[in-house]
Amino acid sequence: MTYQRQHDHGTPAGDGKPVTLFIDGSEVTVPEGSSVMYAASRIDRPIPKLCATDMVDAWGSCRMCLVEIEGVRGTPSSCTTPVTEGMKVTTQNTRLERIRKGIMELYISDHPLDCLTCPTNGDCELQDMAGTVGLREVRYGMDGESHFAPETKAEADVSNPYFQYDPSKCIVCSRCVRACEEVQGTFALTISGRGFESRVSPGTAADDFFASDCVSCGACVQACPTATLVEKSVVEKGIPSRSVVTTCAYCGVGCSFRAEMQGDEVVRMVPWKDGGANEGHSCVKGRFAFGYATHKDRQTKPMIREKITDPWRKVSWDEAISFAAERLKAVQAKYGKGSIGGITSSRCTNEEVYVVQKMIRAAFGTNNVDTCARVCHSPTGYGLKTTFGTSAGTQNFKSVEKSDVILLIGANPTDAHPVFASRMKKRLREGAEIIVLDPRRIDLVKSPHIKAAHHIQLRPGTNVAVMNALAHVIVTEGLVDEDFVRERCDVKEFARWVSFVAEERNSPEALAEIIGAPAEDIRKAARLFASGGNGAIYYGLGVTEHSQGSTMVMAMANLAMATGNIGREGVGVNPLRGQNNVQGSCDMGSFPHEFPGYRHVGDDVVRNLFETDWGVPLLSEPGLRIPNMFSAAIDGSFRGMFVQGEDIAQSDPNTQHVEEALKSLDCLIVQDLFLNETAAFAHVFLPGTSFLEKDGTFTNAERRINRVRPAMQEKSGLSEWEAVCRLATAMGYPMSYSGSHEIMVEIARLTPSFAGVSHARLDAGEQLQWPVNEAFPNGSPVMHVDGFVRGKGLFMVTEYVPTTERSTRMYPLILTTGRILSQYNVGAQTRRTENNRWHGEDILEIHPFDAEERGIADGDMVSLASRMGATTLRAEVSERMPQGVVYTTFHHPLTGANVITTDNSDWATNCPEYKVTAVQVTRSNRPSGWQDEHEEARRKNYRIEIEAAE
Amino acid sequence: MNSDELIRMANQIADFFKPYGHDDAVAGIAQHIRDFWDPRMRAGIADTLRKNADGLTDLAREGVEKAIAS
Repeated sequence: MTYQRQHDHGTPAGDGKPVTLFIDGSEVTVPEGSSVMYAASRIDRPIPKLCATDMVDAWGSCRMCLVEIEGVRGTPSSCTTPVTEGMKVTTQNTRLERIRKGIMELYISDHPLDCLTCPTNGDCELQDMAGTVGLREVRYGMDGESHFAPETKAEADVSNPYFQYDPSKCIVCSRCVRACEEVQGTFALTISGRGFESRVSPGTAADDFFASDCVSCGACVQACPTATLVEKSVVEKGIPSRSVVTTCAYCGVGCSFRAEMQGDEVVRMVPWKDGGANEGHSCVKGRFAFGYATHKDRQTKPMIREKITDPWRKVSWDEAISFAAERLKAVQAKYGKGSIGGITSSRCTNEEVYVVQKMIRAAFGTNNVDTCARVCHSPTGYGLKTTFGTSAGTQNFKSVEKSDVILLIGANPTDAHPVFASRMKKRLREGAEIIVLDPRRIDLVKSPHIKAAHHIQLRPGTNVAVMNALAHVIVTEGLVDEDFVRERCDVKEFARWVSFVAEERNSPEALAEIIGAPAEDIRKAARLFASGGNGAIYYGLGVTEHSQGSTMVMAMANLAMATGNIGREGVGVNPLRGQNNVQGSCDMGSFPHEFPGYRHVGDDVVRNLFETDWGVPLLSEPGLRIPNMFSAAIDGSFRGMFVQGEDIAQSDPNTQHVEEALKSLDCLIVQDLFLNETAAFAHVFLPGTSFLEKDGTFTNAERRINRVRPAMQEKSGLSEWEAVCRLATAMGYPMSYSGSHEIMVEIARLTPSFAGVSHARLDAGEQLQWPVNEAFPNGSPVMHVDGFVRGKGLFMVTEYVPTTERSTRMYPLILTTGRILSQYNVGAQTRRTENNRWHGEDILEIHPFDAEERGIADGDMVSLASRMGATTLRAEVSERMPQGVVYTTFHHPLTGANVITTDNSDWATNCPEYKVTAVQVTRSNRPSGWQDEHEEARRKNYRIEIEAAE
Repeated sequence: MNSDELIRMANQIADFFKPYGHDDAVAGIAQHIRDFWDPRMRAGIADTLRKNADGLTDLAREGVEKAIAS
């Protein structure tokens, strides 16, 4: 589409009953609570404005939007005047023209007249308004005191890597400050000074944008009507000439963006206001960290090699596919069909994932297919399917706007799901309460205008004990929603659960020492959640990545059912998914025991459906899960693997075990953008496509199926699904589609929850959240409204079983791992952007007491050692941590945080126990043995043969 | 497959189902193993049972026996 600025109604719409009014004689009906400005914008009577934008509430400072209203004295501002029934508004006449022109003259008298060389020339609201009001002269002249004269002009702040702040172009409309407060909720910006000295300030006078609390979400840049806050890419390249609406490839929020382009180059990514997941907001990753797609490290040619110590040889697609297929077939001929398998990626589209699992089941003839959700949210799938009947979160993101009490467990949304965190913070500022269960003092415990009602700073590994204690209070203090349970749940299993949690050993007092938090806090938190109105549970990997991850998910479901917090807006059990398409990759049949739509491979009816459609017999036994694949590789029964867009050598636990497994393979095929850590052990490299080149869909954490549209051509010359189809065909099972839309047709044909989904519907602008089928033709923003998918909600008994990973004298601290705002997972994408300036290395956070006891000062290099291995990294002394617990991220391969983590895993799903590892921390001045070996291996295993000159 | 690993996994499954009482727990363990373990894992635990299953809890052993018998 040709570039056009996104619509801006000036102020947000109201949400009341319809109100009809007349604007310049035209009738218009809008929701009560809307402004006159909003109503006028709906009928193509846009009213001039400067300080108004529908991103934030009306402000009424610029006075450009004055109108006349019949029966009202003066000229009220249309942005702050709410509509009333029968109101008659005049937006344009001589009087209004004169007033607006006068105001505009004042603005322009202190604005540089350098439009032709200004970065936003042609995309500037001030410029537009000057044209709209017919400004032809500035009677005051341009020679008075100003902010743009060379002798008084302040230097532009270019400290932020992605945008700049030029105060000489500022009209002090406060849109940026309000966006930071109302949309992002960070409160990093303010207007400092008074009168002529007023200017936007990111903190104190000593702060620049980079040093400030600014989180670079881009809301201020988006809100700015001039070139004051503008993307550096626009300064460099100019304004875009076309745009493509697509979906972000980072976290599970799945924000919609407009890729704003010049030719095949992205100028900027701007959050799409009509995207249901983000409604026009963004974070530093989605908004700015897209440069990896064209990074010099990107590999765009297929490559092969006989041995992993050989240099890579660039070859044609045909040669690479043939080489891969022959190797896999040779492995199967020698070791059996089940000796190979593959892993799908949560960073790939539904269509791409679907064809990989189909290739493995139909062309490889095995169910050895798994996905990276194994190591993050597989317990969510197990736990919610068991209790509710479906493997998905219950709400849409917007639901949080109706929540009264939020129970946040093991998640750090301000860092890992920032756009949803902004929604949550907005609701908290409106008065909702939050209870945080986390060993670490995250920002949602206390930050500007946010203060948690309770922070249960539990010991890592005691989640289930906390949930049982909360449930004990709810049951024994008569706080159960008896009507809900009687009507909606299996009452026999409820009775069993009640007698279990009511046991004294599950009381807060009995468990307080194990949990490490005061019993009274737990009691108060339970009472608040059960009786504070709409109670919503949000959770992350701090729930799932434990030996009792699945138990914990079921315990949360129990709590939601017992308090009647399921089946309407404002409540629910909501996993915050780590990657953009975790939900989708699971939906698409990536688990070794399930076909698409979460149906067991042993179900004859379902299997026959796929056998008939695919024309090939399929196995009825489950295949290997990722950790099982590694063990089987070391044992010698698993010899070949296809890895789609996943860096298991960096992301999976106990790196040395993973590396041993990968070295054991006869054929490892990696499909990726980069030669990642896993590729060091690969024999075939198939170049992948970035999200900017993909055509398909992602499904986010709220089950929203979003279109991913290509903004540019595939740099490798082939889409990922086409490469997979070619490999399947070379393996003897022909697979082909005319386009990704045809893959979705097949998905819809075979997957009941996707029956009504098509690219055509999504391209027509429909917002679809599965299930989309005959029962729910327009999708299901909230699930389990009139009943659970499984029929009656099932309470499960959730005995607390301590992890076997415990601190000892040798390893007295507990390590827990997580993410930081600027980086994403293994960092393959974000490390190849300017985001590295915020977080260029993994840091170990350690409590001051633990640090002092070890003689560790802030910034020291320390050795972090567990039973599994050791690594060296920098320490940060931090009171965010409780005593006895340390924290780090896993974004940097040179740190290798997973050298430390263990093989322990969830009992039901084998999801690794990343969150609990007993460690010791000591001062160190050299890399660990693993780091030395890893560095050497990198030198050897990443060599690429130099191509002969033509 | 590594027998220590399989024993640990089976014991963990048994720990979850233990509160359900003996018969339900054995059935639950067996069903879980049938639903989620690849045949070579089941063969591995069967082999472990024959050779040396000292590390298996009694409940896990019964569940495993039921799983591999069906």
